[in-house]
This record gives sequence, C-alpha cells and structure tokens, in this order.
Amino acid sequence: MQPSFTSAIAANRFGLGARPGELAAIGADARDWLLAQLKGGAPALPDSTLQSSVQILASALRLRRDIQAERKAGEDVQQKLPQFLKPIYVSEVTARFAAAVATERPFVERLTQFWANHFAVSIDKQFLAGLAGSFEREAIRPHVLGNFTELLLAVEKHPAMLLYLDNHLSVGPHSPAAARAERRQSERKIGINENLAREILELHTLGVGGGYTQKDVTTFAEVITGWSIGGEGGRFAQGEPGMFVFREELHEPGTKVVLGRSYADEGFLQGAAVLRDVARTRAAANFIATKLTRHFLADDPPPAVVERVADVFMHSGGDLPRVYRALIDSSEAWTQPLAKYKTPCDYVISSYRGLSLPVEGHAPLAPFELLGQRTWQPGSPAGWPDRSADWDGASALIKRIQWADAVGARLGSGRDAAQLAPQLLGANLSEATRTAVARAASAEQAVTLLLAAPEFMRR
Amino acid sequence: MSMRRREFLNLAALATGGALLTRLSLAHASERKSRLVVVIMRGALDGLAAVAPYGDRDYAQLRGEFALRAPGEAGGALPLNGFFGLHPSLKFMQQCYAARELTVLHALASPYRERSHFDGQDVLENGSGHAHALQSGWLNRALAAAPRSAQREAGVALGQNVPLLMRGPAAVTSWSPSKLTALDDDTLARITDLYAGDALLSGRLADALAANATLASEEGEGAMMAVSAPAAMTPAQAGAAAPAGNARYAEVVRAAAGFLRQDEGPKVAVFDTTGWDTHANEGGAQGQLAGRLSALDQGLATLRQELGPVWSDTAVLLVTEFGRTAAINGTRGTDHGTAAAGFLIGGAVAGGRVIADWPGLSARALYQGRDLAPTLDLRSVLKGLLADHLAVPQRALEETVFPDSAAATPRRDLLRG
Repeated sequence: MQPSFTSAIAANRFGLGARPGELAAIGADARDWLLAQLKGGAPALPDSTLQSSVQILASALRLRRDIQAERKAGEDVQQKLPQFLKPIYVSEVTARFAAAVATERPFVERLTQFWANHFAVSIDKQFLAGLAGSFEREAIRPHVLGNFTELLLAVEKHPAMLLYLDNHLSVGPHSPAAARAERRQSERKIGINENLAREILELHTLGVGGGYTQKDVTTFAEVITGWSIGGEGGRFAQGEPGMFVFREELHEPGTKVVLGRSYADEGFLQGAAVLRDVARTRAAANFIATKLTRHFLADDPPPAVVERVADVFMHSGGDLPRVYRALIDSSEAWTQPLAKYKTPCDYVISSYRGLSLPVEGHAPLAPFELLGQRTWQPGSPAGWPDRSADWDGASALIKRIQWADAVGARLGSGRDAAQLAPQLLGANLSEATRTAVARAASAEQAVTLLLAAPEFMRR
Repeated sequence: MSMRRREFLNLAALATGGALLTRLSLAHASERKSRLVVVIMRGALDGLAAVAPYGDRDYAQLRGEFALRAPGEAGGALPLNGFFGLHPSLKFMQQCYAARELTVLHALASPYRERSHFDGQDVLENGSGHAHALQSGWLNRALAAAPRSAQREAGVALGQNVPLLMRGPAAVTSWSPSKLTALDDDTLARITDLYAGDALLSGRLADALAANATLASEEGEGAMMAVSAPAAMTPAQAGAAAPAGNARYAEVVRAAAGFLRQDEGPKVAVFDTTGWDTHANEGGAQGQLAGRLSALDQGLATLRQELGPVWSDTAVLLVTEFGRTAAINGTRGTDHGTAAAGFLIGGAVAGGRVIADWPGLSARALYQGRDLAPTLDLRSVLKGLLADHLAVPQRALEETVFPDSAAATPRRDLLRG
C-alpha cells in the first residue's frame, strides 16, 4: 500500500487522529513510527496536581462518616459527597483529554484508553466518580507497556475495582468473621459476593466462553474474600484508610480448586496465584487478542490475525509490547483503510487534534455528554462496546454533525479546512470531500463539512 | 423552551421541505393501529423483589431482612392475587392491575441459562436462543414481517443508537433530545450530497431527519417537553438517586409518547432502563432497588398520561436478561440468577392476572440450588404478543423471528379480544 495510506492508517486508526504535519512526519515509515512509541516510559499524565486514590478515598470515607452523623442530626447532606467527588472527576477527565490531544505518542494513549475500557469501572457507583481517574493512572498506565499479568494484578487489587464490583465486603462463610457473627447470632447475613470473581473470569481474562463454570466463579469468589480496603466495612474497618488491605478475618480458609487446579491457602497469595494462572491461559490469550484486533483492525477481525496475536501473547507470557508488535506486523492491519467507525471519544479527540483546538476549562465534558460517551461511565463492567452498530445510530450522527457545526461556528475563519483536509486524512481524502470543502460557502462551513465527512467519521 | 422549539421546527421543516417530503406524504393518517413499547431492564431485575411470592413458605427465610410482608402489613406488598404481591414502590402498576391493564409474568426466562449480563442481553435481544448467533433483533425481524404500513420507520429507539433488539432489515430510527442548535438548510443539503455515495451515513441521516420531522409535526405538549428536556444528567445529578432517575424516565417516555401518539408515526418504541444489578445493599420495601422501581413506576404513569387515548391501543412489555439469586448474598444484595419477572401493561392488555407456573422456592425446587427455576419461556409470550398485537404472521414468527423455538407455544391470551 502507498505510504500515504499507511501513514493515514497509523495516525488515524492506531493513533488518535492526525495533527497537522503528523502524516508528513510519519512519511513512509508508518510501522516504525508506531514501534518507536512503544519505547520509552509508561504513559504517565503530566498533571502533577491530581491526588492519589488513597488520598481521595480516605477523604471520601471520612466525609461519608461525617455525613452519616449530620444526617442523624437532621441536616440536608444529600449533595455533600457529589460536591466533593465531581471536581475530582472533572480535573481527571480534563487532564486525560488534554494528554490525548497533545500527545506525541498517540498509539500508547489509545492503548491506555483500550485497557481502561477493558478493565472498565463506571462512575455511576458511589465513590467511583472520584476514583476512576486515579484508578487509570495507578493501575492501568504503569502497565500498558508492561506485562498483562502485572496489569491484571494491579487492577484487581485496586480499591476502585474492589469497590466497583463489591468485593471489599465479601465474607467467607467459614471465615473468622462469619464464625463471630454466628456466635452473636447476628441478624445480618454474612457471606460472599461473587460479582468481582465472575467479571474477572468473564470480562477481564477468559471471556464468556472461556471454560469456567458457576462452581469456578463461586470458589474463586471465596479465594478472593479478604481483598478489601482500609477504612471501609464498619467493624472490620482496620487498615490504612483508602489502601488495599488483605483482611484475614474475612478470608475463606482452606485449599481451593479453581479451573481444575488446586491452590493452597496462603492468604492473599492464593488469589494472586489464581490470577497469575488465569492470565496465562489460552482462553485469556484468545480473548485479549480478539478484543485488541477488533479495536485496531475491524469489527470482525480476520481469524488468522487473532490467532497470531494470541500465539505471541502465549509465547511471550503476556508481554504487551510484543503483543502490540504482532498486531502492527500483520499485513491485514494495513489494508482496508477506514474499517472502524469512530466512537464519540475518538471523534472529539481527533477533531481537537486535527483542528488544533485549545483545551480550555472543562473542554471535553460537554461534547462527551452530548455525543453519548461520558468518560468512565460505560454503565457496566463490560465497558463501551466496540462495533460500528453500537455507535452509528441516526440520532448519534445528527448530534455529531450539529457538534461539528458548532465547532465551525466557533472557529469562524480561524482555520483553512481545505488546506487541512489532506493533512488530516491523507490518501483517505475523497474527491467528494475535497470538492465539498473547497466549495464551501464560508470558512466555518468548510470546517463543518470536513468534520462531517464520511472519512472523518471513521478511522 | 420557545427558542429550542423554534430551532427544532426549523430542522424539521427543512426535512419535510426536501426530498423527504415525498416519503412522508405517503403516510396516510387515521387507521387505528396497535402500539408496542418494549422496555429493556438491563442489569437483571430481581423478580422476587419486584413481585414477591409472599405466600411461598420458603420466601421469608430466603429473603431475610428484605422479605416483603403480606399486603396490609406495614411496608407490605401491594395486593395481586393472594399469593404474589407487587413491591410497594409499584403503585401505578398496582392500579393498572386492579383496572385489568397489567399482567404479571413470573418464573419467566429467555432460553439463556448462564449468568453473563452481556450474553444474557444478547440472547434476550437477538431471539435465536444463543448469544451472538444473530446480528439482528427479534423485534426488528418481526416488524419486517408484519403487514406493511405507510411510514418509513416502523420503530424508534429512544437513545442515540439503536439497540440490538431493533437492528435488522426493517427501517427504524433513533431519537434523543439535543441541546444544540439546528443546522442551516444549506449546510444540511451539502452534507446530504456528501453522503450520497455512503450507504450507511446517507441512510442514517435520512432516518434522523424523518424522526425529527415526525416528532415536530406532533402538536401536543408532550413533544415540546421532550424537545426542551435536558439532554442528559450531569454526573452529580446522576448520582443523586431517585429524582434524577425520575427525570430521566420522564424525558424518555414523553418522547416515546410523542412518536406513538401519531397515526403517521412509528408503532413501536424501545428504550432501556438501568440500575438493576443489585449485588450489594439492595434494600427491601425501602432502599436502593425501591428507588429504582419507583422511578420506573412513575415513568409508566407518565407514559399513560402522555399517550392519552392511544393508551387503549398500547401494550408495554418490560423484560430483563435474567433474574437474581433466590437468597440474599453476603453483601445484602443478590447475585446473577436465572428466572425473573416481566410485565405486560397497557390498555390493550388482558390484564389483572399473574401468569406463573410457580416452581416454588424450596432448596430442591431452586435451579442449580440457588435461582428461581424458569417455567415460562419468554418466547411464548413474545410470539403471542407479536401475533395478536402486531399481526406478525405465525410462519415468520417460527422461521425468522424466533428460529428453533417450536417448543415455545405462543400464548394467544395476552391481549383484549
């Protein structure tokens, strides 16, 4: 394929949308441009003012205790927690968006977004509005260029995930805590919650057809009883507030069999051992390879590529840069330009990059809300879907066009869309779009037509 | 409001003034037709909480502190038939039951027998009996097989995108309110030209303009309210439980009613509700789930009010992907289960009944020792509903809408004669 096609694919499909000059800089070495991005450190966010999840969660837990006391005193405290959490959410979303717009390593930033969505949390659960951003910074970003097993371990023991999937209060039926409740003949039922265990197997590792049973889910849930958070959990509230803590007294004792393998009870290490083994199964390799190739190549990725990527995942023990390289090295990745319909997130980021729009104030919040993809709010642990049909609705399209129109109106004559079009779309620029943009009635209409063009709706 | 209203009409007028005029004017008013609303309750509704079998001797023990008491007692269920009771949040639904406009379906399940939300929803929507076996939805295939009507769009999804249930060969559209200004007609004409060679985008754009035109031609207060409602909640609002939930339902159901009220409009509307995945702190007569159910109930009351006389031609189906565990789990919630409850509500429904072949809740009766066992195949309900309400031919129901469902005999007793 011609360099102008490969550079457009590299910048728009593997990257986050070309910035002016980016296609020229990529030139004929599209593959090298991507590989170079995989070298260098983990993709940390430059914003140093953001708080750690421990700080945020400790404050939120303290605030919730205060609120409970004040509510007893009859005060109206309904909005206090949201008022604390929302500014944190806004700062995190803005910092993440600014990084995506400015980054020189857009492939790595897209990978970060991919993994954050694979291990999705959603801010509609209490505390998560304050924790989703720090979760991504602490559990995802350090491992995007590392090993899948380490990524998995970091995610599953992060307080945001433990809270989101309810594991922090899950209690083994034969644990010391359960025995104590029995002695006291406590009214309150004590037992496991299998939510996190199920989603680890179904959504994070093996995939739904990955060969586990209900018994595996239940047993695995017992294995990870005790994976909890300091400062949470009423009378079990020991440990540093907001930090991961393994609570022996909640843990279901004994040797356990998960997926046909026996695990001796070594407390926290028992769960970590299951995760390590699950991360290295062929089912996990297939599942991750399918999701990655779907994200980067096509809604229904060629089975040969999926298998190749899964093989590398297996042989390398989940070495992620090698997995990414297998993707880039597949010739199928460089055919069929524009195979993916952009998500709203892709669309807004690529617009900002392409038009060099300034990230001011809380820039990304309104368009993400309007176009139906609020950051870190997929509404379910499955994350946002990744196929055209999930995003190409009629109402969704008209909103993109309306937003494009508003962007055009805001820029006025500040951009020359006719001159930008080949810089952003390269060989994908169609004659129809070139003509439409060139013949636009005004500079602002030209911007609108460029952003509304079929080749800008896709990547 | 007037500003947005004007802008919206501008866009709609544009649509009707262009090539779409021909298509829209083909639609003839007047023939009275059945309307169907499908509400997908995503996340797995706890059927034993929504419709409590307080007469079952194992129920109270399984549900512990969250067991609903019998009707008449403090915090008790609302009366149905002496064995089942509705959750106390479902006040409007109970009125419908008393007026014979609500049929409760219990121990109801799709053919799906695993416990993944996402595969469960896929089976619920694709109608094949297997996850990911079809890329279209049963409702769309039913519309494609139903007698043709004049309008282009047979159905509308209230949301930006079309859920799997409504994807397929029949023309459907999606609609959601917008805060943005309308496009000027020159820009829109140029974009229409630009999409001429792109089948997907040109089709979607035409669908969107047609949907806007449909709603704008509606002169009722309902459409105006739908148009002027805020596009979405802020995160803070979304976190504020019941009031925000109520506003969201109200916004969606007003728009749905705005479409369905019209003779030329779509006859089927679909929307989602969420928040049913109650793994922790579910609550009983009061609490988390009670708030969600209350919002749902008020949304349905708003729907009836907004539909006005059309309510008598309407059936509303509420379904979820599967139920939840019979017993309360260790975090005062319930985990993923099997059979659930569903509802058929509306003036067209032969209501005042609970349809349930009750399997019981004893340890032996529970499915895999943990879940309410399924005894009513959802496809029996759907096939009967589609045959009698939308006149979908029997053969199409068996062959294309629900392939391999011969064992699920259609229930032909769901609607008023």
